[in-house]
Amino acid sequence: MAETPLAIAVEQKESLFRRFVYQFLKHGMAVFWSMILLGIIVLVAGAPLFQRYSPTDQDLYNRFQPPSAEHWMGTDDLGRDMWSRTINGGRISLVVGLLAMSIAIGIGTLVGLLSGFFGGWVDAVLMRLTEIFQSVPRLFLLLVLTTFLRQLDLPWLRPGTFWPIAAVIGGLSWMGVARLVRGNTMELRDQEFVLAARMIGVGNLRILLRHILPNVASPIIVTATLGLAGAIITESGLSYLGFGVQLPTPTWGNMLSATQKYLTSAPWMAIFPGMMIFLVVIAINYLGDGLRDALDPYHVEKGEK
Amino acid sequence: MTQYILRRALQAILTLLVISVLIFGLISSVPGGIMSAYSENPDFTQEDLARLREKYGLNDPVPVRYAKWLLNVLQGDWGNSFTSKRPALQEISDRLPNTLLLMGSMFLVTLAIAIPLGIYSALKQYTFFDHLLTTVALAGQSLPTFWFGLLLIIIFSVLLKTPDGKPLLPSAGMMTLGQPFNLLDRLRHLILPVSMLAVISAASYMRYMRSSMLDVIHKDYVRTARGKGLPEKMVISRHALRNALIPIVTLLGLDLPNLFGGALFTETIFAWPGIGRLFFDSAMKTDYPVLMAVLMVYSFLIVASNLLVDLVYTVLDPRITLD
Repeated sequence: MAETPLAIAVEQKESLFRRFVYQFLKHGMAVFWSMILLGIIVLVAGAPLFQRYSPTDQDLYNRFQPPSAEHWMGTDDLGRDMWSRTINGGRISLVVGLLAMSIAIGIGTLVGLLSGFFGGWVDAVLMRLTEIFQSVPRLFLLLVLTTFLRQLDLPWLRPGTFWPIAAVIGGLSWMGVARLVRGNTMELRDQEFVLAARMIGVGNLRILLRHILPNVASPIIVTATLGLAGAIITESGLSYLGFGVQLPTPTWGNMLSATQKYLTSAPWMAIFPGMMIFLVVIAINYLGDGLRDALDPYHVEKGEK
Repeated sequence: MTQYILRRALQAILTLLVISVLIFGLISSVPGGIMSAYSENPDFTQEDLARLREKYGLNDPVPVRYAKWLLNVLQGDWGNSFTSKRPALQEISDRLPNTLLLMGSMFLVTLAIAIPLGIYSALKQYTFFDHLLTTVALAGQSLPTFWFGLLLIIIFSVLLKTPDGKPLLPSAGMMTLGQPFNLLDRLRHLILPVSMLAVISAASYMRYMRSSMLDVIHKDYVRTARGKGLPEKMVISRHALRNALIPIVTLLGLDLPNLFGGALFTETIFAWPGIGRLFFDSAMKTDYPVLMAVLMVYSFLIVASNLLVDLVYTVLDPRITLD
């Protein structure tokens, strides 16, 4: 019994975090890409410090300038500096990604916990609901929803805000999380420590929050990183099609949307914003990979299988 | 078995009904009304709009309109497009073959890349080749489809040229304009749109194939097959592969909504006249009979494929019995 993860955790409470860090640092690619991700976040968060031109100032005498010492990523069809637009565009893309992911994880975890813990008709109803949401053509519904939300005149839906996009993306991507959490909860529900807690009179809510939730946290964290990557791609795709965050606010997606006309004359307009999405997503995927290995108490060293 | 199929079919119909209520409710609650797309058009006066609302029965409460819509649909009438005036179903059936051609080719190419590479990677686990493939696959999964499409156009239509100065591969449409149908020409037009989707989905399918193969290859029955002296090729192809493919089938079924989404990007970027493009255009113009019809056709295909996957499962894996 002494070797179970639970026992180890109880005996050496403070070293659990150090074990996690140690495991993560052993994953070379994950560390490398996390640094890149960190670099991009610094660049994007501190965009005003790194920009040499305003992202929205037009300079019609200098349209379609190829990358140069003056304009590191060239200029676009209105003579705006692409470097400045790219680092500023990342802000919205990353924030929308984070928001959408948090919403998806929130709904998914709630549905999964309730469904797995209570079973019976609660489970039946919630799982039917999940199936229905899974059978909906997601991207198409997203297009419809964002168009319609934009026409609502609510204060938090004004043009230039990104809440509706994040809400809609999150609201349509929680199903995988729900299934995952449900499965894990069902396994945990009948284990001794839950039974023991129940015996001493702990209520349902407390059992869910204090005993079940911490034990499903690792798979949720891993799914969250993958969900973040997915949400960033979805946002950029919607904005690319013209249904996401509206111009002139730059996001990586909407910066790409007008570029197809200029692929022959100004290919750099299409290359840089897409490159940023690609780098961020690949970095997050590696981060997720590293987290999965580090959080899994049963993780075996490579080469042993 | 028959009973199971009947029950599942009934469930599928119920699911579709609920989806239709949801989508219809959503589309009908557009702020400013379905005619809002026309209200900013100076060619339409208030009276025109009122007359149109009357004509399309838009003054009825939403539940009444839904009931009418459902009754008509059950009789095969999906309404007429607001913009082209043609039956919505006609619009879809004109373009469905194009989308199916695109997605079918993509499916074949994806599996043709992913299955052999996945198997090979699993058999050579932890070799240089395996690490390389895993890295490439993760990079492929991280590519935004539409950006990859733009890159393909830059490389194969802008940078690379045929000796007489034309783009190496066409970047738009299904055929060269003004020419009669020609198989070679159609194939040339398919290359870029199909690669855009297939390379990216092959990346994830390869990873699944690899791990599914790894799961199977250490099982007792594979060892037994080896033990009775079967050649390695037979062990892999006859015993291991058959079982390793089972999870891939489920994945294909569950992945369908994403594939439809991917096709929307392809059709938009490469001007491919399929349903995705039709949907995109009608979403821009809030052409709701067509929107409704496209969404329902997609939902139907997804629900049907999920049902099919479950049934195929029992054929592939005799260990699974349906209650």
